[in-house]
Amino acid sequence: MSVVSDIAVSEPGNRRWAPGNLFWAALSFAGGIGLWWLATVAGFSELPTPWSVLTRLIELGIDGQLWLDMYASLRRVLIGFALGSILAVPVGFLMGWYNIARALIDPWIQFFRVIPPLAIIPLAIVTMGIDETPKIFVIFLAAFLSAVVSTYQGVISVDKTYINAARVLGASDGTIFARVIIPASTPFILVGFRIGLGSAWATVVAAELIAAQSGLGFRMQQAQLYYDLPTIFVSLVAIGILGLIMDRVVVRVEERLTHWQERV
Amino acid sequence: MAEAKISFRNVAKVFGAGANAFTAIQNLTFDIDDGEIVTVVGPSGCGKSTAMNMVAGLMSQSSGEVLVDGKPVSRPGPDRGVIFQQYALFPWMTVRENVEFGLKLQKLGKVERRQRAMHYLGLVGLADFADSYPKTLSGGMKQRCAIARAYAVNPTVLLMDEPFGALDALTRVKLQNQLLETWSKDKRTVMFITHDVDEAVYIAHRVIVLAANPGRLQEIINVDLPFPRDDEVRLSPEFAEIRNRVWRAVYHRDTEAA
Repeated sequence: MSVVSDIAVSEPGNRRWAPGNLFWAALSFAGGIGLWWLATVAGFSELPTPWSVLTRLIELGIDGQLWLDMYASLRRVLIGFALGSILAVPVGFLMGWYNIARALIDPWIQFFRVIPPLAIIPLAIVTMGIDETPKIFVIFLAAFLSAVVSTYQGVISVDKTYINAARVLGASDGTIFARVIIPASTPFILVGFRIGLGSAWATVVAAELIAAQSGLGFRMQQAQLYYDLPTIFVSLVAIGILGLIMDRVVVRVEERLTHWQERV
Repeated sequence: MAEAKISFRNVAKVFGAGANAFTAIQNLTFDIDDGEIVTVVGPSGCGKSTAMNMVAGLMSQSSGEVLVDGKPVSRPGPDRGVIFQQYALFPWMTVRENVEFGLKLQKLGKVERRQRAMHYLGLVGLADFADSYPKTLSGGMKQRCAIARAYAVNPTVLLMDEPFGALDALTRVKLQNQLLETWSKDKRTVMFITHDVDEAVYIAHRVIVLAANPGRLQEIINVDLPFPRDDEVRLSPEFAEIRNRVWRAVYHRDTEAA
């Protein structure tokens, strides 16, 4: 057989974070902080100056309080997120693969999806006590609901042609599930993880505002009582930075696991 | 009749039921002999892909019989290789892993799997791309990879559903020649669906023309052109004459006058 020479290799996809973007992001942040500084100097607002926030950040960092709060919040998020995601994947697959499972489970998910996880907190505290369990449970719920829906969407949107292609090569249902359905729905699942992590992070902070003795949300709540604006700012910045780091980690994992995808 | 590789016996396919029932295929009967290349052409809605899916075991008929090697088709199997128009390569596997997929299902050892995959990738000129992912390949290369994947499990029948339909004219001609060259060595039975009349005549021993609404047999036209086929054949008056006959049959003209 002859070698056909219609060879055309496409170029590697564009990186999301070109150095140019990073530069503009840094500039934008610097500009924002500059405006903030100007506003405080000009006396337009009650806000603390960037300088006082930085001082408090260093104080809390040396003191160790900041790290303890970050650890407490992160621990809750990661445990809740891990439990929620681990349960969401098999349940999502079950719903995508078996119509009966979908019919049985879907109403519950649709119902709980419209209840903000925070609305569960009073119930969770009454039934589970005031220790870590109710907070982790609420985060678990938030992560689970996000991930289960996208896993299920991923399974039902697998291209039928892939399934047929596997079938004509002699694949059994089990093989099709393991070698076709799972990899084909991985991009969807990871999107669900990303959304789930975002809502888990949002939920933990809110949960700590309501009921906690530690964590970044708790620290803000305390600072509010004492009109301690710099500490509130430090907590906000820490929440933002941790959230951003977690999101980037998921994006990196996503790029690793779905590098085979054609990106437009 | 007895040695027909593929047989359709009074096959009908009805989708839906009651008032919404739609007859896709009606009373379809024909044979494809062992080692024969048969192309199936017809307007859209003539049921040509449906007919192929029945042979592949991806779809069942409503009545009648579809036989391969004299046995009714009940499910897909590696004896019938299928090549889809949309390539259907698994994008999460490399080119070589795609070709090895069917071999793995046959429980072949790692070394032999790899050897077989590389052999077939060499045949289609993709050996250098064994470790590439499909997203880096052009349409023509993807389809050659899909062909290698189908050949690797050594099917006795090749079912091709408009395999070159999405490719540019030049690549299509190259792949047609490649198909004929491979066939001249292994003489596999080929059922090839196309909407391109030139392609249908060029590669086939016989062209089956289907009519639409409902899908049914219009005419079977023998292609009495010598093998191996090349540009000489493609440009000959004999080719033109057969192509005109097929064209008229597809577009429902009076074929007796031709």
